[in-house]
Amino acid sequence: MKKVFTLVSVLLVVAIFLGACAQTPVAEPPAAVEETTQPLRIAVVSPSSINDLAFTQSISDALMVLKAEMGEGLEYAFTENMFVVDDAAAAIRDYATKGYDIVIAHGSQYGSSVQEIAPDFPETVFAWGTTVDTFGLPNVHAYEAASDQGGYVNGVMAGMLTKSKIIGVVGPIETGDAKLYVDGFVAGAKSVDPDIDVRVTYIGSFSDVALASEAATTHIAAGADVLTGSAQMVVGAIGKAEEAGLYWFGTQADQNAFAPSTVVASQVYHWEGILREIIALRAAGIMGGHTFSADLQNGGQVINLNPEIELSDEIKAKVEEVIAGINDGSIVIPKP
Amino acid sequence: MPPKQATADLHLKDRAGSIFDQMMPIFATLAALLVGAIFLMLLGANPLTAYGALAQGAFGSFNAFAETLVKATPLLLVGLGTCIAYRGSVTNIGGEGQMIIGAILSTWFGLTFTELPGWLAIIIAMLLGILGGMIWGGIPGILKAYFNVNEILSTVMMNAIAVQIMNFLMRGPMIDPVQREASSQIPQTARLLESYRLPRLSPTRLHLGLLIAILLAVAVYFLLWRTTLGYRIRAVGQSQPASKYGGIDVKKHIVVALVLSGAFAGLAGMMQVYGVNYRMITDGSATGFTGNAGFNGIVAALFGQLHPLITIPASVLFGGLLVGANAMQRVVQVPSALITALNGLVVVFVVSSEFFRKRSQKRRLSQSGTEQAKPEEAEMQQEAGEA
Amino acid sequence: MISDLLSATVIIGIISSGIRLATPYLFASIGEMFGQRSGVLNLGVEGQMLLGSFVAFYVTLETNNVWLGVLAAMGVGALMGLAMAFVTINLHATQGISGIGFYLFGMGMSNLLFQKLVGTVEGVKGFQKISVPLLGKIPVIGEIFFNHNALVYLAFLLVPVAWFVLNKTTLGLKIRAVGENPEAVDSLGVSVAGIRYLTVIMGGVFSGIAGASLSIALLNVFQQNMTAGQGFIAVALVYFGGWKPFGILGGALLFSMINALQLWIQVLGIPIPAELAVMMPYILTILVLTLSVSKGQGPSALTKVFEREG
Repeated sequence: MKKVFTLVSVLLVVAIFLGACAQTPVAEPPAAVEETTQPLRIAVVSPSSINDLAFTQSISDALMVLKAEMGEGLEYAFTENMFVVDDAAAAIRDYATKGYDIVIAHGSQYGSSVQEIAPDFPETVFAWGTTVDTFGLPNVHAYEAASDQGGYVNGVMAGMLTKSKIIGVVGPIETGDAKLYVDGFVAGAKSVDPDIDVRVTYIGSFSDVALASEAATTHIAAGADVLTGSAQMVVGAIGKAEEAGLYWFGTQADQNAFAPSTVVASQVYHWEGILREIIALRAAGIMGGHTFSADLQNGGQVINLNPEIELSDEIKAKVEEVIAGINDGSIVIPKP
Repeated sequence: MPPKQATADLHLKDRAGSIFDQMMPIFATLAALLVGAIFLMLLGANPLTAYGALAQGAFGSFNAFAETLVKATPLLLVGLGTCIAYRGSVTNIGGEGQMIIGAILSTWFGLTFTELPGWLAIIIAMLLGILGGMIWGGIPGILKAYFNVNEILSTVMMNAIAVQIMNFLMRGPMIDPVQREASSQIPQTARLLESYRLPRLSPTRLHLGLLIAILLAVAVYFLLWRTTLGYRIRAVGQSQPASKYGGIDVKKHIVVALVLSGAFAGLAGMMQVYGVNYRMITDGSATGFTGNAGFNGIVAALFGQLHPLITIPASVLFGGLLVGANAMQRVVQVPSALITALNGLVVVFVVSSEFFRKRSQKRRLSQSGTEQAKPEEAEMQQEAGEA
Repeated sequence: MISDLLSATVIIGIISSGIRLATPYLFASIGEMFGQRSGVLNLGVEGQMLLGSFVAFYVTLETNNVWLGVLAAMGVGALMGLAMAFVTINLHATQGISGIGFYLFGMGMSNLLFQKLVGTVEGVKGFQKISVPLLGKIPVIGEIFFNHNALVYLAFLLVPVAWFVLNKTTLGLKIRAVGENPEAVDSLGVSVAGIRYLTVIMGGVFSGIAGASLSIALLNVFQQNMTAGQGFIAVALVYFGGWKPFGILGGALLFSMINALQLWIQVLGIPIPAELAVMMPYILTILVLTLSVSKGQGPSALTKVFEREG
């Protein structure tokens, strides 16, 4: 028995060893920019799941759009659920070592890692989101989403739709993209009527769907008739809004299809514009140093109105007006 | 056969058998990976390529091995704490929270007091990390010893509380001043001073923490087997009534077991900040900071049969598995969820393999009869068997 | 501001939310209680809940039959319970740790299957609210207690049933005996392993239902990692409840209602940092248990391996 055991184990180890040797131990040096026969290789490292209907899904969608456009000309690798910064750093370094042309670190917590790793790989373009800091490094781009803009527009619509003058927000933790969106939303609602009471709850978790749904229920019981929220756990909250026949405003991903009679509009990120620019810059020999913003003007941020919900002409006109105002700078979104 | 030859043969067989037993966790891991191969194939990945990538990612190059060691360091530390706790018959699943509190305390210190020489700052930071973990382990300890509150309940709750404390501090009082102004509002602290960081073996990320951890492993060995305190901890773990009869303060030693195991977890948290990231970052969950080291460290200790010295190679191997699995994901592009499931399978298989190891060990010990294994080894095996 | 909390709406809201939030805890905790009473600690409840949650969602999505969904969740839970039982009882695995393995496996598998079989987050038509005839019409009380879906009612009914089984039936007696003194039970000819297999599988079944209650009854959606640690809280609540069904009921309601309370505190704008509010249920649970006089003795044989001599 023991002999069989040992034999099988030894065979397994040999097999793994052979498999390991079959890998190219050293990455080939990255292809020169001029070669058009080599597909462009992009790697993405992201903190949550690829189908979370939120942050990570947005970058995944962007890459799928690019893939559809570029076909064989693009090859991409995706590593999701890298919420441990350590593991993400290892992933970023690994992809760079493997000779990927562009490595996208799609998570604001990856900053330190990018700062450390980028100098070691001058031939690789690093793109870090969502932030504005390129660390002064020649091969680091930074991109962010001006989520407060989309939040503002959503907030204006919410302000015009609410009859009870009470709006509820279900948020995860008061940081990052969530905070930016919420701050913009509150400002937008108040710009319609300063007496509107926007109540914000942060439930302390990105994944607790049950708690998010009870937060929504609590808002509703307290009189809110329009709701919004951020992060992947809000699917429970949207459900409660649907049950109560109220309105919801979505962010980070297109949540309209999830509850067609409830979600009035979703602020959606279209990162592909930024990605195209990064690719073009690289082709021109520029490896970094730019900051990009996904905002309403450049199409990086889009407000998807839900076609299933009838909005009054007044509201639609107001939306156009507000977007134009943000774009030409006449509307400045106040910081809290 | 002349008697001397027979005994020599028996001794060799005994040795070989003993090594075979110690390798049981490795066989179990391989078995788990075999099951994993089925999943890989269902997902359209080639298991050989995949596992080749795993091995490569874990041990295939100097850099890879360094990454494995970096991953292994918190596992070893938490594992050492687990060895102590388990010997004292308490279950400490509060490692996640203890890591967080230890990290918070030491980070706060490093960012507030910036005029000290580097080596001094690091030592104080280590002590604070230990202190933080001791407090967070001590509270469940006291609650258990004096209020009969089960430590599983208290540690589960304390983990959740620690996460909220971390989030509050990271986005509030302890946030990087740069972030406070920026729109990105990342919940992270400022970076530690250059001189305050644990020295690294450039160009890898391997830091001094590993060496410190190994030294501590030796220290724990001495503590448990060569000191009175250690004896008492083990005695309380074996039998509370017997220890009480023998005059040992049972309550106090339960507290001690939890405090000590918390101390190690707290130190692990400090190491993550001072050795790896040079700042404390959170994504809002416990795992985002700890990387599940609070749980995986327990597994590493089991891999190491709850013996501090064996936990060293066990942590390295387990760390290699975790690092390699991530590398595997990048090569064959399977969903990361599979990696988590594999992690679970390995844990279940390794835990189950203890049965075969003990059984084979028993058989061997009874067979060798007059042929005595070295006294420490026998004692070790006995202890490990009773764990 | 604090006085805002004393209004009828708030109190009604807290109790109703508390009842809903408590439902998965009730199923999972009581299942775990049976296992622990017979001497087995299962820390893998979270994994069983997640897998049960997904399977219930998927089957309901495909077949449009909520009861089939529940059945599927029960089946998956039973399978995981069976595996846990085998590993624990036959292979004497260290209980605290084997559970962690099942937790990771369940979490990974549920996410993997979700990604491959469903792909995008979508809603499902789950259990509908049923108003209890007559009782549901009582002004305030009816709203709070008698307007929930079937699984919520079942969760609460489970408590007295579990109490009855545990304390008034021969099976319950055997379970308790096995947890206190397996050697004695063994010498009487009752199979210790058999009882433990039963309770651990039962625990798995209930964890599966707990997961189902989330995805096809309370929330009508599946999202990855949606249980967010509730499985571990469920295990903790067994200790809080002193291994008694009614104690567990108290614990589940306490924890859930304080969670509901903290949401109201945030909604009403009472100036407490959000994190402090979120912490409240955890702190209070520890506090209440610390201060309570009777804590219940754990089963003496809990986590100890039983080997038949000879």
